[in-house]
Amino acid sequence: MSASVLQILWFILLAVLFSGFFFLDGFDFGVGMAVKTLAYNDAERTQIVRTIGPVWDGNEVWLITAGGAMFASFPYWYATLFSGYYIILLIILVGLIIRGVSFEFRSKSSAAHRHIWDNIMAIGSFLVPFFFGIMFISMIKGMPIDANGNIYGHFFDYINWFSVVGGVALTLLCYLHGLNYITLKTKGVISDRAQNYAHALYWVLYVGEVIFALLLFFQTDFLKVHPILTLICLALIVGFSVAAHVSTFKNKQGIALTFSGLTLISLVALIFCGLFPRVMISSISSKYDLMIQSASSSNYTLVVMTIATVILVPCVLAYTIWAYWIFRKRIAMPKIGEVK
Amino acid sequence: MNVLSLARFQFAMTTIFHFFFVPFTIGTIFVVAIMESMYVHTGNPNYRKMTKFWGNVFLLTFAVGVVTGLIQEFQFGMNWSDYSRFMGDIFGAPLAFEALLSFFIESTFIGLWLFTWDRVKKGLHLFFAWMIVFGTLTSALWILTANSFMQHPVGFSIRGGRAVMVDFGALLSNRQLLYEYTHVIFGALLTGATILTGLAAFQLLKKRSISDVNKKIYHKTIRLGLVLMLIFSSCEFVAGDFQMRYLVHEQPMKFAAAEGVTTTTGEKAPWTVVGYVDPKTHDIKGNIDIPDVLSILSYHKTTGAVTGMKEVNKQLEKRYGTKIDNHKMDYYVPANTLFWSFRVMCGFAALLFLVSIVGLIMTRKGKESLYSHRWCLWVLAILTFSPFIVNTAGWLITELGRYPWTVYGLFTIAQSVSPSVSATSLLISNIVYFSLFTILAIVMIALTVRFLRNDPEEWEKAGDEKRATDPFAKGAF
Repeated sequence: MSASVLQILWFILLAVLFSGFFFLDGFDFGVGMAVKTLAYNDAERTQIVRTIGPVWDGNEVWLITAGGAMFASFPYWYATLFSGYYIILLIILVGLIIRGVSFEFRSKSSAAHRHIWDNIMAIGSFLVPFFFGIMFISMIKGMPIDANGNIYGHFFDYINWFSVVGGVALTLLCYLHGLNYITLKTKGVISDRAQNYAHALYWVLYVGEVIFALLLFFQTDFLKVHPILTLICLALIVGFSVAAHVSTFKNKQGIALTFSGLTLISLVALIFCGLFPRVMISSISSKYDLMIQSASSSNYTLVVMTIATVILVPCVLAYTIWAYWIFRKRIAMPKIGEVK
Repeated sequence: MNVLSLARFQFAMTTIFHFFFVPFTIGTIFVVAIMESMYVHTGNPNYRKMTKFWGNVFLLTFAVGVVTGLIQEFQFGMNWSDYSRFMGDIFGAPLAFEALLSFFIESTFIGLWLFTWDRVKKGLHLFFAWMIVFGTLTSALWILTANSFMQHPVGFSIRGGRAVMVDFGALLSNRQLLYEYTHVIFGALLTGATILTGLAAFQLLKKRSISDVNKKIYHKTIRLGLVLMLIFSSCEFVAGDFQMRYLVHEQPMKFAAAEGVTTTTGEKAPWTVVGYVDPKTHDIKGNIDIPDVLSILSYHKTTGAVTGMKEVNKQLEKRYGTKIDNHKMDYYVPANTLFWSFRVMCGFAALLFLVSIVGLIMTRKGKESLYSHRWCLWVLAILTFSPFIVNTAGWLITELGRYPWTVYGLFTIAQSVSPSVSATSLLISNIVYFSLFTILAIVMIALTVRFLRNDPEEWEKAGDEKRATDPFAKGAF
C-alpha cells in the first residue's frame, strides 16, 4: 500500500502552511527580538513594533491553520507529535501567549511599565523559534516511538547537539529575516543599523549552516533516503542565505527580505523532503515509523478539506496581500512625547 | 493525583478561562459594529467617539482571547492524544476551517479596522468592522460543529477503531448544532450588550465632572445596550427552551440532573426550585417543588413524565454495559453542579430581561429618570460581571452533562487521555497555565480600569493628535 495522491497533496500542503508561518511570523519573531537588541530607546522600540502592529496576528494564524490542518489530515501524526513533545510545546505556547498579549498591553500600559512588556515580547519571540527548531530537528533525527505511536522520550532525545544547533540556526534565521524586514519597513537610523547588523550576522549564520549540514549528514538518514533532494535543499538554504546577504550589501531591501524568507522555506522543504514518505521517524525500529498512508485521515475527509482549501486559500491570500498593500509605507520614528 | 484528573482539571480551567473572553469579544464587536453603523448612517460624530472608545475595550480582550485559544488547539494533541487519534478524522476538519475561514478574517480585518480610521472611506471602514463580526460568528459555528458532534455524533462510521466522517452535510445539519449555536450566539451578544451597558454606568458613577458630550455618549450606550439586552435575552429564552426540550430525548441524564429529577415523575411532573442531590444515594433532599411546571417546561403540555436519573442510569447501563475497557462504568453526572448551574443561568437571564425592560421604561424619551438615580446605575454596573458567571454555568452544564463520554456513546473520557504523558508533565503545565492566567487576568483588569480613566471625547482627540505624527498618514491612502 502506498500513499494516495490526496495524502501526498496534504503532506505538501502542510509543508506550505508551515512555510507560510515561518516566512510571515518568522520576521515577527525577528522584530520581537530586535526590540531589545536593536533599538536603543523607547522611540526606536515603538518604531519597530509598529512595523508588525497590524499584521502579526494574521501571520500567527498560519501556525493555527497548520496545527488544525495537521489534526485534520494526519491525526496520528498530530497525536504523536503533540503528546510526545509535551514540555517543548508548553514552552512554545508560553512564548506565543506572552508575546501575543505584549503588543496590546505594551500600548495600553504606562511609560514606566512599558519596558516590562518589551522584555516579555523579546523573550517570547526568542522562545518560539528556538524551541520549534529543537522540536523539528530532534524529530528528523528520530524519536523513541513505540508500536502504539507513543513517545516515551528522555531529556537527550529532545535536547542534543543537533537539535540545539537547529534551534539556534532557526532563531538566527528568524532574527535575520526580522532585520531585513525592519530595514525595509523603517526610515532613518534604525533601518541602517538593522542592515549593518545583518551584514555581520550572516557570517555567523554560514558557520551555523555548515555545522548543521555536517550534523544532518551524521545524525539523520536523509542523505541515504533522499540524497539528491537533501543536497538540493541544503544548497538552496546556503544559496538563498548568500543571495540575501549580497542583497543587503547592494541595498536591495525587498529582495533581501524575500531571500531570507526563502531560506526559511528551504529549511521547511528540507525537513519535509527528508521525512517523505514518513511523517515521524522512530529511533526504536523503522517498523514503528509513522507513514503518510497510515497516519492520515480518511479519503472522504481529505476530499472535504481539499475543496474548502481550494476555495478559501486564494481568498485568504488576496486579502492578506491587500492588507500589506494598505500598510505598505515605511514607519518613521515617533515624535517626542507621543504615547504608544 | 492521576493523569486523568489532572488532564480534566486542565481542560476545565483552560476552557473556562478562554470562554470568559470569547462571548465578550463576539458580543462587544457586534455592539461596536452597530455603533459604527449608526455613525455612518447619521453622520453624528458622537457615535464615532463611542465606537472608538468601546472598540478599544474589545481590542484588549481580543488579544487574551486569541492567546488562550491557542492552548485549546494544542491541548487536544498534548493531553488527549488517544482522543485525537479516535476523532481526528472528524474533529480536525472544523478546526482547520475555523482557522482558514474565520481566524484569518478576524486577524486581518482587526488590523485594518484599527489602523485605518479616517484613511479609508467611512463605508469601507464599516465593512471592516462587520467582517470582524462575520469572522467571530463563523468561528463559533465551526468549533460548535465539532462540539455538537461530541454531544450528538452524526454522519460517521467506525472504521479501524476510529470514527470516520462519511457525511459532512450531516455534521452541519446536526440538530444539536442548531440549538447549541443559537444558544451560544445569543448568549454572547447578550454578554456584549450587558457589559458595555454596565461599563457605561460605571463611567457615569465614578466621574465627578463630566462633559456634555461624554454624558450623551454614555447615555446613548446605556440606551442602546438596554435595547439589545431586551432583544437578546428574549431570543435566549426561546433558544434555551428549544435546547432543553431537545435534551429531554437526546441526553436524558443531562436533563434530569439539570432539573434535579432523581426518580421518574408521574404524568404531572413537579418542578424543583431548590434542592440538594445526595451524590451517594442519588436522592434529592430539602427540595421545594411547584406542581406540574416541569411537564409544561419539558413538553409545553400540562402532562408528561420526566425520566429520573436512576432510571436513565439503568437504561444506559443496559445500552452501553457496566464495563468499558475494564473500567467500571456508571452514567451519573455531577448532579448538583448541573442543577445549580442551571438555576444560576436561568436566574440571571431572567434578571437581565427584567432589568432591560425596567431600564428601557426609565430611559424613554423625555422621561429619562434612570441616570439621576445612582442606585439604578449601580444595578447596571454590577450586572457587568454577571455574564461571566452565566456563561461559565452554561458550559458546565453542557460539558459535565456529557460525562462519562468525550464523544457521546462512542468514546469515554478515560479512553481519551494521552498514554505517554506523565502526571509530572501535567502538573507542571497546570501550574504554568494557572499562574499565567492569574497574571493575565490581573493585568487585563488593571489595564481596562486604566483605560476607563479616559472618556470618549478626550480619547478621540488624543488619537487625532497622535495621528498627526503617524507614519501611516503621509499620503499612504
